[in-house]
Amino acid sequence: MDAFTTHTGTVAPLRRSNVDTDQIIPAVYLKRVTRSGFEDGLFEAWRTNEPDFVLNQPQYQGASVLVAGPDFGTGSSREHAVWALMDGGFRAVISSRFADIFRNNSTKSGLLTVLLPQEEVEALWAASEADPTTQVTVDLQANEVRWNERVVPFHIDEYTRWRLLEGLDDVGLTERHLADIEAYEAARPAWKPAALPALPA
Amino acid sequence: MPKTLAEKVYEAHVVRSTEGEPDLLYIDLHLVHEVTSPQAFDGLRAAGRRVRRPDLTMATEDHNVPTLDILAPIADPVSRAQVDALRRNTAEFGIRLAPMGDRDQGIVHVIGPQLGLTQPGMTIVCGDSHTSTHGAFGALAFGIGTSEVEHVLATQTLPQYRPKQMAVTVDGELPPGVSAKDVILAVIAQIGTGGGQGHVIQYRGSAIEKLSMEARMTICNMSIEAGAKAGLIAPDRTTFDFLEAKPHAPQGADWDAAVEYWSTLRTDEGAVFDREVVLDAASLTPFVTWGTNPGQGLPIAERVPDPADFADENERRDVEGALAYMGLTPGTPLREIPVDTVFLGSCTNGRIEDLRVAAELLKGRRIDADTRMLVVPGSVGVKAQAEAEGLDRVFIEAGAEWRGAGCSMCLGMNPDQLAPGERSASTSNRNFQGRQGKGGRTHLVSPAVAAATALTGHLAAPADLTPVDA
Ligand code: SF4
Repeated sequence: MDAFTTHTGTVAPLRRSNVDTDQIIPAVYLKRVTRSGFEDGLFEAWRTNEPDFVLNQPQYQGASVLVAGPDFGTGSSREHAVWALMDGGFRAVISSRFADIFRNNSTKSGLLTVLLPQEEVEALWAASEADPTTQVTVDLQANEVRWNERVVPFHIDEYTRWRLLEGLDDVGLTERHLADIEAYEAARPAWKPAALPALPA
Repeated sequence: MPKTLAEKVYEAHVVRSTEGEPDLLYIDLHLVHEVTSPQAFDGLRAAGRRVRRPDLTMATEDHNVPTLDILAPIADPVSRAQVDALRRNTAEFGIRLAPMGDRDQGIVHVIGPQLGLTQPGMTIVCGDSHTSTHGAFGALAFGIGTSEVEHVLATQTLPQYRPKQMAVTVDGELPPGVSAKDVILAVIAQIGTGGGQGHVIQYRGSAIEKLSMEARMTICNMSIEAGAKAGLIAPDRTTFDFLEAKPHAPQGADWDAAVEYWSTLRTDEGAVFDREVVLDAASLTPFVTWGTNPGQGLPIAERVPDPADFADENERRDVEGALAYMGLTPGTPLREIPVDTVFLGSCTNGRIEDLRVAAELLKGRRIDADTRMLVVPGSVGVKAQAEAEGLDRVFIEAGAEWRGAGCSMCLGMNPDQLAPGERSASTSNRNFQGRQGKGGRTHLVSPAVAAATALTGHLAAPADLTPVDA
């Protein structure tokens, strides 16, 4: 995965809460077996049906930081939602509350999800609506979001931060602990179920 | 220190724990389906990795499968390619697959319990958010993304942080016609779609203890709709009885050893939960959703809410958006909402007991002339059982369509979809915009409400039906 250190770009203010992953990318796009090229499905229904949807407004074209209401990324575990946002040009999403699986998925692909208090989300909405060219910096080295004169710290657990800064993939990290995994397996009760061989019903 | 059930299961699976890093958790069972796995297998191939424990991995085809002509090749070439990819991947990596037409095929969360692969005290993951279903057996079961699917395939472990603990206690007696689905819809309406975020929910209390395994699965299934990582219920006699004759359940002395261990899987007296919610079972009524997220639900006797009644500006805007999408007018009694399509099925309510409840109401009656009803068993096994009991005849004679097993209209990746503007009463778990088809409008309901709705053509509770003999 690509490392994330710091990113500066403009904001797409998405004034909606409970944005579920079915809205981020509808199920029909999930039939693909590839890992890229999902930008055509990003917010497809809203982009098609709502002329004033934020991503249809010319002043928000090219935005790379999505700022959304609480409970962003609820619902389906589809990592395609993260891929679609990244394919659509987003490097960071800011919200006051993320669904767990979405947030987890984002950290595996290098999309930074930043938790800010709802008042800061509102302030960022107001700033980008007043001036869509407002530049926001999401700085993972300093754990800060900055725009105009404002500096807002954010929290992210140290381990995830390190992984993102270095662009490290989890499987490689876990493989260093193979001996621990083998020791655990040796002590597992023999009656734990196995899918193989198949047993007659 | 006293521990919760979820803490006990978690701790029994810690492979490695170090300050400043997530714990490494061992995974007992990894379930796989065609939608969230192809990119994970590609990742393995690209890195030259093997599947570490094919024997602890089980795959099935469910999301894309048509429910008509299931033995013919899938007509949609993109769906077919995805199913073919799963067949190639499972063959290459030595994983057991239940393909279309197989006696074990079905929705991934229905077949795990049915095969007895889902057992108490296990850790179970799947690239699917409704993996929480398996928590009904006292397992720690949760959904993961495709990168994590790849991680589990390669290492049989996952890096994890300890989840927070939440208890939902439901005491008392559920009134007649009120089911597990109504309980969980009421819980989500109360705590919201983010209410369980970061938590594992343990459901407990006398009303939960009285529930069958099927009903417990319905409740745990929708934990994700409350934002929770997982949901679980302490295993008891009901759990053991359900498992005993299942193909992969332990046998003989192993069974005794297993039951002895499973019996220790209870929350200790004095264990501390980070959050507690209490519901009185007797106060619950049939519940239906009116909006576009599962937290937007009300008892069926209520009316469509008025955005003006919501003080918070953001919330008011969300409610306005939901009502516009749903085509509903504030103040309309929920019972007066006409429904075009009724969907009975999904990993929430596609098990044998759900079909029995609906069939009981449909028996000797005809569904409304303007309403279509799709009945989609959760698995081939459920279908066979229903047919052995004659339930298929009841559905067909009532005017419903009896289909093959799969996810079907729960998410419409197969041809079973709502048309734009079409309104459904659905026993599935998500009423998101477009979930059941572009522009489709979904009301989440229990199997009993689904059957009563099909019979009357509008949202209805079983109590609204006139007796067959009257
Ligand atoms: S039935 Fe619906 S919720 Fe369940 S696994 Fe299938 S698509 Fe997902």
